Amino acid sequence: MLMIRTGLVVLALALVLGAFILAGPRAALLMAVGLGFGLVLEGLRFGFAGPWRLIVTDRDGRGLMAQLLAIGATAAVALPLLSAAPGELAGAHAPIGLAMIGGAFLFGAAMQLVMGCGSGTLVNAGSGNLVGLVALVGFVAGSFFGTLHLSWWTDLGTLPVMTVQGLFGGAGAALTVTLLGLALVAALVWWRAAPGRRMPPARLWIAAGLIAALALANLVIAGQPWGIVYGLGLWGAKLAQAGGADLAATAFWSSPGNARQLDASLLTDVTTLTNIGLLVGAFLAMRWKRRPGAQVGRMRPESWAAVLIAGLVLGYSARLAFGCNVGAFFSGVSTGSLHGWVWFAAAFAGSGLGLKLRPVLLRPAAPAAGGQPA
Amino acid sequence: MTAPPASPTRTATALIALAALAALVALDIVRSGTVDPFDAPVPIALGSGQAPSGAHCTDL
Repeated sequence: MLMIRTGLVVLALALVLGAFILAGPRAALLMAVGLGFGLVLEGLRFGFAGPWRLIVTDRDGRGLMAQLLAIGATAAVALPLLSAAPGELAGAHAPIGLAMIGGAFLFGAAMQLVMGCGSGTLVNAGSGNLVGLVALVGFVAGSFFGTLHLSWWTDLGTLPVMTVQGLFGGAGAALTVTLLGLALVAALVWWRAAPGRRMPPARLWIAAGLIAALALANLVIAGQPWGIVYGLGLWGAKLAQAGGADLAATAFWSSPGNARQLDASLLTDVTTLTNIGLLVGAFLAMRWKRRPGAQVGRMRPESWAAVLIAGLVLGYSARLAFGCNVGAFFSGVSTGSLHGWVWFAAAFAGSGLGLKLRPVLLRPAAPAAGGQPA
Repeated sequence: MTAPPASPTRTATALIALAALAALVALDIVRSGTVDPFDAPVPIALGSGQAPSGAHCTDL
């Protein structure tokens, strides 16, 4: 065990050092932040999709409360920082629109099918969950395909970008309104949850604090909040380009910022760096344990196809929704974007649909003759 | 009737994910080249005086 753990520490250090050598000090810092996300999410079992399921099915609000705590703690520092350094830091601000709402709804449904959101799919793949790995393949493809049609979808009806800062004036008022909003959601969770399943355990308090600290580090180092989906779409675009696709004719990839990112090394992309770190961090946390746990149960071939399609939907819908649970919900709400709140409402509604679809679409493999069900 | 094939272990599955990621980064280094260290951004954006230049999921 000591040998394995020593090897894991060496792997983590090598990853950060490699990022430093290949892409400079900021890349190394962001890789370290990503590793931290992966270690906390997998090691302390902090997630998004699971708690959304548990509050509905088991009246267990502890995980969702921890999410709200993490977002509130991040907002308490991020909103004043954004106000103090508007030329150096940017929030996760995006417009509310028809496609954005529909995308968030579909995302919520799909994430319950694969039991992983944006960060969760990376964590699951990195920690050896086969459903997570298959879903990640679909996620990468879906988020790339979403970029190809994004302008068509946004043309269906999109409002201007609205922020809490803009509506209420100033960081102080924005923070007050944001914390009140989070408190209102927390009150609803408290009301819905069963007694004894309301307050998070110490593990989730620690995880919420660490996630907030890492999200703030991401903002301070990169100048932008934590995100997931852009990096995955970029991976898909890079692979498509390697396969001969000409993306210069597409609206999304011909815009100056995206075209520059497409030509540049992947290691210059903020979300790619933290995504790589997150996936590897989840691997480290899984292998650090004495008993990593069992693989997911065997499923029918059509169920694996459903997982792949759900991954595609996750990626495509997250692109239309201007982010996933991380870029839109966590970072959007904590930096004052109204679209983050709308995303939360739409995705939570979609999550309810996903919970109904899950037992229909994901079926265990038929047992062998004379055998037991898998 | 034969039994369905056994699923790979969690470690094997995770190693497949890591290998795929490493292959993607290696392919990209071959195609896009490496970063000029003299052109790399300063370590911390806050206090740098530079506008954020990275792309995000919320970008149109």
